[in-house]
Amino acid sequence: MNVEAKLEFQTSTAPKTGADLLIDLLIKEGVETIFGYPGGAVLPIYDAIYRAKSRIHHILFRHEQGMIHAAEGYARITGKPGVVLATSGPGATNLVTGITDAMMDSLPLVVFTGQVARAVIGTDAFQEADVMAITTPITKHNYQVQSITDLPRIVKEAFHIASTGRPGPVLVDLPKDITSGVLSEEPEEADIDLPGYQPTIKPNPLQIKKLADSLAKAKKPVILAGAGVLHAKASEELTAFVEKHKIPVVTTLLGLGSFPADNPLSLGMGGMHGTYAANMALYESDLLINFGARFDDRLTGNLQHFAPFAKVAHIDIDPAEIGKNVPTQIPIVADAKEALVELLDLPVSPPETVEWLEKLKQYKQDFPLWYKHDPNGMCPQWLIEAVHKVTNGEAIVATDVGQHQMWAAQYYTFNQPHRWITSGGLGTMGFGFPAAIGAQIAAPESTVVAIVGDGGFQMTLQELSVIYERNLPIKIIIVNNGALGMVRQWQELMYDNRISESLLHTQPDFVKLAESYGIRGVKIDNQEDLIASLPELFAYDGPILIDCRVLQQEKVFPMIAPGKGLHEMIGVKPE
Amino acid sequence: MKRIITLTVQDRSGVLNRVTGLLQRRQFNISSISVGPAEKEGVSKMTLVVEVEDDQRLEQVTKQLNKQIDVLKVSDITDKAIVARELALIKVASSSQLRSEINGIIDPFRALIIDVSKDSLAVQITGRPDKIDALIELLRPYGIKEIARTGLTALQRGHQPQVNELATFSLLK
Repeated sequence: MNVEAKLEFQTSTAPKTGADLLIDLLIKEGVETIFGYPGGAVLPIYDAIYRAKSRIHHILFRHEQGMIHAAEGYARITGKPGVVLATSGPGATNLVTGITDAMMDSLPLVVFTGQVARAVIGTDAFQEADVMAITTPITKHNYQVQSITDLPRIVKEAFHIASTGRPGPVLVDLPKDITSGVLSEEPEEADIDLPGYQPTIKPNPLQIKKLADSLAKAKKPVILAGAGVLHAKASEELTAFVEKHKIPVVTTLLGLGSFPADNPLSLGMGGMHGTYAANMALYESDLLINFGARFDDRLTGNLQHFAPFAKVAHIDIDPAEIGKNVPTQIPIVADAKEALVELLDLPVSPPETVEWLEKLKQYKQDFPLWYKHDPNGMCPQWLIEAVHKVTNGEAIVATDVGQHQMWAAQYYTFNQPHRWITSGGLGTMGFGFPAAIGAQIAAPESTVVAIVGDGGFQMTLQELSVIYERNLPIKIIIVNNGALGMVRQWQELMYDNRISESLLHTQPDFVKLAESYGIRGVKIDNQEDLIASLPELFAYDGPILIDCRVLQQEKVFPMIAPGKGLHEMIGVKPE
Repeated sequence: MKRIITLTVQDRSGVLNRVTGLLQRRQFNISSISVGPAEKEGVSKMTLVVEVEDDQRLEQVTKQLNKQIDVLKVSDITDKAIVARELALIKVASSSQLRSEINGIIDPFRALIIDVSKDSLAVQITGRPDKIDALIELLRPYGIKEIARTGLTALQRGHQPQVNELATFSLLK
């Protein structure tokens, strides 16, 4: 008997544990990849993963925060729950930022955390943390498994809750004695038992009719397209509806790609760093139709000046979002796609929008996004445009948070859905690079670009190991201005240029850093070199880090200063 | 304004924490909360009295509560025909000489003396919160040693009058 056969023999006769059952249940849910990190309380699960190696794929990260952001990137691209596995105590608490991020941005995750054995819960045992209490406000729902017989139902419910309705993170806390316990018999198939959870998918036909009537009468209608359109996979329906009625479209930061940016009816992104045309359209509109956006404060600016002349229709799958920030005359609780299909079916006379569109076209012409070239160095906005060009605008782009994020949103125009991954609600630095890893795992054939700042990248760069190990051909663009640029910008504009602790005077040599991980690194500090080398760098078959030194003084414009209204943008034109 | 909100919830561990945590996070002030098993096994009933600024905030609080997976039903019953009661236990300093005097005070409130010791007695009263407040004020001169109140609990009446016969009265406004 050779060694392998012997091993096979041993595993097949080993008694089945709770952890083996868990892995079976995950496979049944269609899970292909686990984003994980082992530790004491999850050793039984890792033993089961060892036994199930041929059936499920585990990716070992270097920090729990990195792996959960990767799972978010995976969820954003596939629409399927990203599955995360961490140990108890510090493993679980390191996930908190990512769970909150997923909650804010409605990303489906199923997070499994180890827990100390039931007998010692509550005794401050080694690596014990009250994960249930910690994660209750930051999850859509959470469970602690109290009996192995509950496990099939809980796993099924967790995936169901995470991926239906308004998606979100669900956490399952697994005491060690549950996962290490030996099953006396296979637990029965379980059914979902969730009487308190029935998301409304279909819109109320009367409300749809009301919206159609209002639309027919509108003179200045505008659509606000949020991430709900992307979750519902309703981009096609949205485009059809927009084309049919000739309504201009503003997208939110997270809604980028839900409507093609190159469509003449697209006004671009709205909000704090949105376009003048988008914000003025929201301001002057007489009918604002919001599909799946939550009227975040970074979009609305001062609420008193938000869409002051508009009747507001809000289509959202989460009833609690309707009327939360903006009074809404036509509330429609529904999936965006269902609502759009119903709307498309109704015979509505298209609104008279010729004049309105003409006015907005003029705004677009008169106040386009702008920046000035500087002979002293590389413009970050130009850098994004160059990346757009070399990738034909077809790459999956993941960003961190800050200036580079806004420039990417402004200058990497998205014509297709599901190409844009960013931390919108929570604004998590360190998100972009690991999220790109998850995206590349989800879409191995796509070009994935991580556009990150030099500040945020240093928060999760340890995951360079993962892209080397897995040979994930991610292109990392560090928009390196040697500063926490957005903080610096606000200090310059709003704190009388008192630049407090926002310059990164000491930095690693990013090229050597990449090389120490076995990854190719390149440093570029001027536009000529970039334009010359970018095609070759992007053609490189493997991970690559490109440290782009850009002008530190550049600011993100235009801008709505905090407390100001949509119509009070600054920096709409070059000085 | 004060509102009475009843919740039907799944009797699962952590559900009270979910509800109170949510109210705290969204900055809603809880005046009182009472919890107990409902008519169906595995289901509990909570009665919350919350302080909210306006109708928009009220709508938010009910919607946010409804979003909780373990919450089966949320009803704002403030403006319905309801029966609402609270129970309070009040320990009053009292020598034997004062006992009958106190008895005379609590009698109109249909309260009971349920414990007597050498220098104190315990009064049990049920009723609407304002009735309990009134008795407490009357007993205060004797020296109140301790008060324990359950918080309000409430039921909708079996017969809900039509809008036109509903007199506008409220227990709490």
